[in-house]
Parts: sequence; structure tokens; C-alpha cells
Amino acid sequence: MPTIYASPEQFMRDRSEYARKGISRGRSVVVTTFSGGVLFVAENHSPTLHKVSEIYDRIGFAAVGRYNEFENLRTAGIRLADVRGFSYDRRDVTGRWLANAYAQTVGSIFSEHQKPFEVELCVAEVSAAGAPGWAGTASAGVTTGADQLYRISYDGSIVDERRFVVMGGATEPVIAALTESFTPGWDAATALGAAVSALGTAGEGAPRILQPTQLEVAVLDRTLQGRTFRRIQGAALAALLSPEPSASAATDAATADGADAATDTHEDPADGVGPDGALGS
Amino acid sequence: MTAFAGADHWPVSAIPAAYLRPGTGSFTEFLATAEPHLLPGSRQGSDAAPLVVPHATTIVALTCADGVVMAGDRRATMGNIIAQRDIEKVFIADSHSAIGIAGTAGVAVEMVRLFRLELEHYEKIEGVRLSLDGKANRLATMIRGNLGAAMQGLAVIPLFAGLEEGTASEPAGPGRIFSYDIAGGLYEEHDYFSVGSGSLFARSALKKRYEIGADLATAVRLSIEALYDAADDDSATGGPDVTRRIFPVVITVTAGGAVRVPAEDVASVSEAVLAGRLLHPGG
Repeated sequence: MPTIYASPEQFMRDRSEYARKGISRGRSVVVTTFSGGVLFVAENHSPTLHKVSEIYDRIGFAAVGRYNEFENLRTAGIRLADVRGFSYDRRDVTGRWLANAYAQTVGSIFSEHQKPFEVELCVAEVSAAGAPGWAGTASAGVTTGADQLYRISYDGSIVDERRFVVMGGATEPVIAALTESFTPGWDAATALGAAVSALGTAGEGAPRILQPTQLEVAVLDRTLQGRTFRRIQGAALAALLSPEPSASAATDAATADGADAATDTHEDPADGVGPDGALGS
Repeated sequence: MTAFAGADHWPVSAIPAAYLRPGTGSFTEFLATAEPHLLPGSRQGSDAAPLVVPHATTIVALTCADGVVMAGDRRATMGNIIAQRDIEKVFIADSHSAIGIAGTAGVAVEMVRLFRLELEHYEKIEGVRLSLDGKANRLATMIRGNLGAAMQGLAVIPLFAGLEEGTASEPAGPGRIFSYDIAGGLYEEHDYFSVGSGSLFARSALKKRYEIGADLATAVRLSIEALYDAADDDSATGGPDVTRRIFPVVITVTAGGAVRVPAEDVASVSEAVLAGRLLHPGG
């Protein structure tokens, strides 16, 4: 059987091409910081197959590409974080550590396996309210929040983003729209509105107006203790999206409350109360 | 090119292969395959004389109109010594359940940590929470795993209480209480129950005082009364410590979620109970 020679450059280019094609077929996800924490907005028509997920107390995960591959990585991330928090302490689980583990794994799969993973991930860690460098403090106007957004590509390359991450689908128009609208320390309703209209600039028949049922929205809420991840769905999402003055004028605290009280099935008043401290050791 | 699952050259800092294998939503089952040394059950005991280790004592739980209340005293004993005055043995397990533990304190605290993580892990992996019966069964499995240690004197007896949380179409269920034996037997209790060394006295007190459909405040008061009666007759159960301001831990589980009653509220109820006992020592 004749052997066909392919140069290493060609070999890697082919794999990149393959992975990129797979990723660009899907719909986009936007992750951005806002005054109340980190906001995840995904265009996702399935109410159950999530692209955005909780990993740990202050860490969230968003992914695009092939579902079975990023679901596998999501599960592994939750396991890693839970094992680490169990054997050390909950505070010892950090976004940077998890992002590194993902980058190493995806990178080795890219170079060693027959088929690279067709995924792109974002690991986000929200900082506590009042942390130095937090976008809502007096230094607002500077884009360096203490929130961390890491984007991990199919080849294991990792980028530390300061403002927002756009992954999957046709990213160029979405990035262009967000670059235009991004303001450091914007509130939840403004950030969500901008992210949704940015997502609407891509896809067939753009510009589109996305409906709440086409969106998967979640936040890492800076003001909460313990687990900070909350999904915003149903009536709470519709209220946050509505352009009525009452909703857009709402403060972050009010919108977060609305999200918690109304229909958020992950609303969790008990998390982080009392025993967290007692059991922390 | 290495095979994915059995990669020998897997980079050390990357995610180990076992973490990437499909599995269940159970954290303990995952630990057993991937990190067995972290499992509490893996300790080796000896057949020598029973160990002298701290023991945690009385826990009470009772249902009420709004849900269920669980309370525990704060004493840990080691033989005739008070090992700790302010230990906590009642915890919020997840958003709609609470767990209290009597028995060997070290094993108990470790088990509570693992149980809480088990519930959280399942929720994160699966995207939904376990049913109340599912949680109770899961705890039974963990107690069963501790049977070997229990035979060597490191027994742990939990008390689990909570309610089925409401959905958009269904309201939240009534408060329910589950008790266990050291072999992992699971029993659903009605109205009220108590575990630990002072449980006989606490249960007798609740038997006389319990009111079906009482409100939350009454149930909290009843739980503290019952703990007072347990401390009155059992040396291993701590009564309210007014000099050091150490009062029981009380957790309420209602449709709104599991909440720990603030320390100052427990203090004022405890002081009211004490004031009542100054007039009538028997309550």
C-alpha cells in the first residue's frame, strides 16, 4: 500500500480546518462581565440540552460545538472541581486551574487523537463584591474587572479575555456588535439586551430578534455566598429582556431578585447559608 | 497515537482519563472508581479496645404545618469528658432538606460533607435535583458502607428531614422525617423523631407536647423544649449554655427552602424555655 506523505504543517492545518468547520456550524454563545457578575447568553433552541452550566461555587462553563464532546468535558470539570474541593477546601477551586486542566486536555486530544474535539469552551470565574479591581468599584471605566473569562479553543490554546467571549457559529458580526456596545460595569438588563441583539446579527435572515424561548441565559451572581450560578428563564427572562422602561431602569439588585423569585428553577435560598462555614474545614 | 481511554502517556496536569469516562451522577461512585483513597469508608480499624473518640449526641426533628424543623444540641463527649461545647451536628443538606448526625463525631462530619457534595454533584451533572426519597436512599447507602467501622465502635446514626420541592404545576410536599439504623435500614417516621443518647427523653417530651399542624414558631419552640428535656436527663446532651451564649442549632425546611434559624432567634427562644423551666422544672 503506498504511503502518502503529509507535512506536519499540512497535517495540523487539516485538523484545525476540520475542528473550525464543526464549531462554526452551530449557534453562538456570548459570555460577558457586568456589574452584578458574569452573564452567559446562548442561542439555544433546546430547553434541556444546555450549553451553559454550573461547575462550582464561583465558576461557570459555556461551550459550543459537538454536544457529546463538550458534555464530556463539562462532566469532567464538575468532577475535578468537586474532588478538589472535597480533598482541600472549597476556596481552593479556581477558574484558572480548571481552565488550565481543560487546555491541557483539549490540546493533547488535538495533537494525539485521530479526531480533534470540535469544541470551544469558556470558563468564567466571578469575583466577590468589593474585590480589588472589581468593575463596579470606584475604578469603573477601566476594563480590568477581577472577573476572569478564559476561552479555550479546540487546539488547547487559551486566552484570558477581559470584556467578553464570543464562541461558535459566525462570530465576526457578533464580536463587531459587542465591541461597539460593550461598556465596563453595565447592568444586567443592558448587557443582556446588547448580547441578544449581537447574537441576532448572525445567522440566516439577520438581523433577527431572538425570543426568550430561543435563549439560554444564566448568571454568576457576585452578591451571593456559596453557589452563585443561577439560570434566568421564563417570566424572569422575559421581564429582563422587555424594552419597557420599568425593566430597563431596574437596578442589578432588583433584576437579580426577580430572577430568583419568579420562575428560576435553580433558585436556591439555602445555598451558602450557615453550614458552609461550619463544614468548610 | 494513543488510545483515548487507556492513555499511558496522558499528561499529568491534564484531566485524568477516569474523569472523562461516562458515568452516573453519583459523586461517591465516581470517587470509588477514580479516587478510592478519598472515600471515608477506606479506613482500616483494629480489633483492639474500643476507641475513645468524641461522640455527638441528641438530634430532634418534627413536622409542622409549613414543613419540618430539625434541631441538635451542641455537646460532644469523649467518655466522661466534654470534648467540645459548640459542635454543630445539624446541617442544611441541600435547598430542601436537612441532616443531623449522632454518633462518632469525626466519621459523622465527614459523612455529612460527602452527603452534601453527593447531592450538589448530582444536581450539577444531571441539571435537576434528586427526589426526597432518592436523597434518603442515597444516605442509607452511605450508612451501609460504614457498617464495618460501626462494628468497631465508630457508628453514625443520621436523621434526615425535608420536603419535596414544588414545581410550576405542583405545590411543595409535606415535611417528612427519615431515620436509619447502623446497618443502613431506612425508616420513615411520622410527626416527630429523635436520635442520639438523649433521644429517649426528647422523644418522650415530644410525645406529650407535639401538636399536629402547629406553626413554624411553635415547632421551633417544641424542638428546643425537647432538647432541654434530653439535656436534663442525659449527661451527654448539652443544655442551653447561657454563660457562653451557646444555643442549639435549628434548621427549618419549608416550601421556601431550608434555612438555619438565626442564632439570636434561637437564643431568645432558649431563654424563654429557660424562664418557663424556672417556674416549672418539668416543663
